[in-house]
Amino acid sequence: MTLLHWATISPFLLAIVIPFFFKYFKRIHTGWFVMILPLVLFIYFLSLIPVTSSGEVIVRSVPWVPSLGINFDLYIDGLSLLFVLLITGIGTLVVLYSIYYLSKVKEKLNNFYVYLLMFMGAMLGVVLSDNLIVIYVFWEVTSIASSLLISYWFHREKSTYGAQKSMFITVFGGLSMLGGFSLLYVMTGTFSIREIIANVDLVTGSALFLPAMILVLLGAFTKSAQFPFHIWLPDAMEAPTPVSAYLHSATMVKAGIYLVARLTAVFGGSAEWFWIVTITGLTTLMWGSVSAIRQKDLKSILAFSTVSQLGLIMSLLGVGSAAYYFNEGDNALYTVAILAAVFHLINHATFKGSLFMTAGIIDHETGTRDIRKLGGLMTIMPVTATISLIGLASMAGLPPFNGFLSKELFFTAMLNVTEYGIFNLETFGVILPIVAWIASIFTFAYCLIMFFKTFTGKFKPEELDVDHVHEAPFGMLISPIILGLLVVLFGLFPNILAYTLIEPAMAAILPGILEPGQVFDVYIHHWHGFVPELFMTFGVVILGTLIFTTMKKWSQSGFYQGERDIFNHVYDGGYAGLINGAQGVTRVQMTGRLRDYFIYMCSFIIIILGYTIYRYDVLSFDTSNLSPIDPYMWVISIIFIGSVVSVPFINNRIGVIIVTGVVGFVVALMFVVFRAPDLALTQLLVETVTVVLFMLAFYHLPKLKKEPVNIRFNLFKLFIAVGFGAIMTLVSISAFTMGGEAGFASISDYFTENAKELAGGYNIVNVILVDFRGLDTMLEILVLGIAALAVVTLIKLRLKGSEDV
Amino acid sequence: METLITILAGVLVTVATYLILSRSLIRVILGTAILSHAAHLLIMTMGGGLKIGSVPILGEGNGTFVDALPQALILTSIVISFAVTAVALVLAYRTYQETGTDKLDELRGMKHE
Repeated sequence: MTLLHWATISPFLLAIVIPFFFKYFKRIHTGWFVMILPLVLFIYFLSLIPVTSSGEVIVRSVPWVPSLGINFDLYIDGLSLLFVLLITGIGTLVVLYSIYYLSKVKEKLNNFYVYLLMFMGAMLGVVLSDNLIVIYVFWEVTSIASSLLISYWFHREKSTYGAQKSMFITVFGGLSMLGGFSLLYVMTGTFSIREIIANVDLVTGSALFLPAMILVLLGAFTKSAQFPFHIWLPDAMEAPTPVSAYLHSATMVKAGIYLVARLTAVFGGSAEWFWIVTITGLTTLMWGSVSAIRQKDLKSILAFSTVSQLGLIMSLLGVGSAAYYFNEGDNALYTVAILAAVFHLINHATFKGSLFMTAGIIDHETGTRDIRKLGGLMTIMPVTATISLIGLASMAGLPPFNGFLSKELFFTAMLNVTEYGIFNLETFGVILPIVAWIASIFTFAYCLIMFFKTFTGKFKPEELDVDHVHEAPFGMLISPIILGLLVVLFGLFPNILAYTLIEPAMAAILPGILEPGQVFDVYIHHWHGFVPELFMTFGVVILGTLIFTTMKKWSQSGFYQGERDIFNHVYDGGYAGLINGAQGVTRVQMTGRLRDYFIYMCSFIIIILGYTIYRYDVLSFDTSNLSPIDPYMWVISIIFIGSVVSVPFINNRIGVIIVTGVVGFVVALMFVVFRAPDLALTQLLVETVTVVLFMLAFYHLPKLKKEPVNIRFNLFKLFIAVGFGAIMTLVSISAFTMGGEAGFASISDYFTENAKELAGGYNIVNVILVDFRGLDTMLEILVLGIAALAVVTLIKLRLKGSEDV
Repeated sequence: METLITILAGVLVTVATYLILSRSLIRVILGTAILSHAAHLLIMTMGGGLKIGSVPILGEGNGTFVDALPQALILTSIVISFAVTAVALVLAYRTYQETGTDKLDELRGMKHE
């Protein structure tokens, strides 16, 4: 275990002791103990920037299950480092924010911080691991921690609904991803991502390429809330706001982005990857931005906006994967999309984190997040309003904030697509920038709605539950202020990130593109001149404002009234259908009637044996090995069949016992004929006792009633019974014939020869029972003993209801 | 002879199956008892127990004996099926005492909990 390993699992270790802090240090908010850890980790990982920016990587290995190729290998390159800095940096700020947001008296902080630390550790594990199985393990822990956090207020029905939904969808994706990882292992023989990338030819040439790719993408798309799996994210907004800010905007939903970025080197360069990732991303972008403008809840708007922005990053990763198709050094035509993706990833984490925090502040101070009730908060909460303005302007893509820069790069990347000249892009490619542009217009519109509906207009105190609305305490404002400052800082001086974080991350997403020693040129400009991107931005501003100003008209429409996503109906309907369907199937087959179950069993045996006989043509009949039939056997047989067949037709209690007894005695007679004296004796005795027992029981039982006549059912019974009997007969005859053909001698010669020598007995059957195979006899005695005890217990023990202890 | 006994066993299986599909608990128990006869006869036949030979007691006959192993197996089986039949019978008796019915359809218990 190296320092890096300890750093990765340190959140789990801290989570173990947090409940003790909560219990024994009641006066200090537990969050303060928690906050130290991400802060220390953040500083530690910051110190690694010089390593990755010089193109080096850090590899630390610890064996876990070496025999299966599963090792806890950690691997730090530009991409991992970018993510761990986001996780620990925003983690620190979120914990700080939560200290002021959650009351240390009213809330169960021990639960909250244990889940949060669990999530943080899992997230670090996902982005730092090199081994696919280890990634999967941490991946599922993030799903579990996320569900726990969503249902933090578990007495609310909506919280548990959201938690369950997110669990179902992300675990569905996680399991698909595990399937994809397994296929990657089948193709390459290793779980290590580095080794898979080194042997990427094995993957691209394989028939399993497409299945593996789709399965892995299902995992990434469900986690990153891509269309149509985005439906869990808006319902996850029932979580406490620090959780929404941390998990559902900055970190967990980017795990899918991370996975796609990480595996671009494996799957990139193929048309399927390009189209699936790009189209899913653009659809998500469009759907999210259109859905966001009809939400009335601040966090719902932010949730759909997160969906939309994640789609944007995803589509950029899809477009950027074409760089592998050309595979020619730092050609900005192809790599600008990856640059935009990485840059927007950072920007989104900063502005979305701050926006969630301000939404939380508004909720905390006014008691509502409904934009129809809010308004005129600008003068009451000036700091919150300023931070919101910065975040929203950045999200809308206005200069001079960082969102503007990444949006320009996004347009550039999408416009470049038509020049690729591959995958039919010269014709279809023109759709991509158009979709991107329209989605940006809606993005601009919902940013306007969010700001103006909350902070301007008339202040409506009568709609709010709280008496006195005022600015949040300073502690709660620290984190959003820091994030807001970062938005401004990255907007004004984007190039402080260029060679420290962005370029190493690009090199990690696109390994093998660059010559050794070469670096991507990532100088980010504010002013490109009068290029198409600039005019697109003008168009966005103008049309977005138009949508906002005409809001009165279209807000009356049904489109605006229907908040719920249409895919929620699919999910709810599917869920209800699954339960109803399963109940229906159970109700049909589980009738509670012994008869039906016996029919299932018999039918199954008839079908499976009948099919096997037919399929392998094993029916055989050979007379050569048979013993001769003694003439008197015919008489015995006729009596036997006569008595057996009459049993079901007798409706008299005594009669049925006597006839059944006759059957038993005829069997005893047969044992005599077959030269089995011990058997005949036992059978006689047992049959006698059985008949007596039946008599005893029948004395207490009611008169046998005639079976109700139901011709169809009786015929069916007869059909099953005859079929079962016939199949048994056929199998027996064939088995006997084959037994003769197999040519194995019976083991009984041994018993015959040694009964006297070894056991000192003359009766071979008895010698077998008590000497050669004495164990059977012992346990048979045990069975008899248990039966006797059971009979006694059944008759004697008469406990009723709660009397039995 | 083996074919004849096998067919007899088949008849036993048929009747036993028919009885087990009845509505009355007693007939079901009778069915299981008859089913065990079929099994015993089949063990006897399949194990080569019908071959010509004398009683498996040393000193009897001319030195060829019928197979003793299936006989030992059946002996064990007879005792066990007797035990099971006895328990089933007492169970049926107690069921009738407690519930007042021996009709399986009426013993279906509660509807869905």
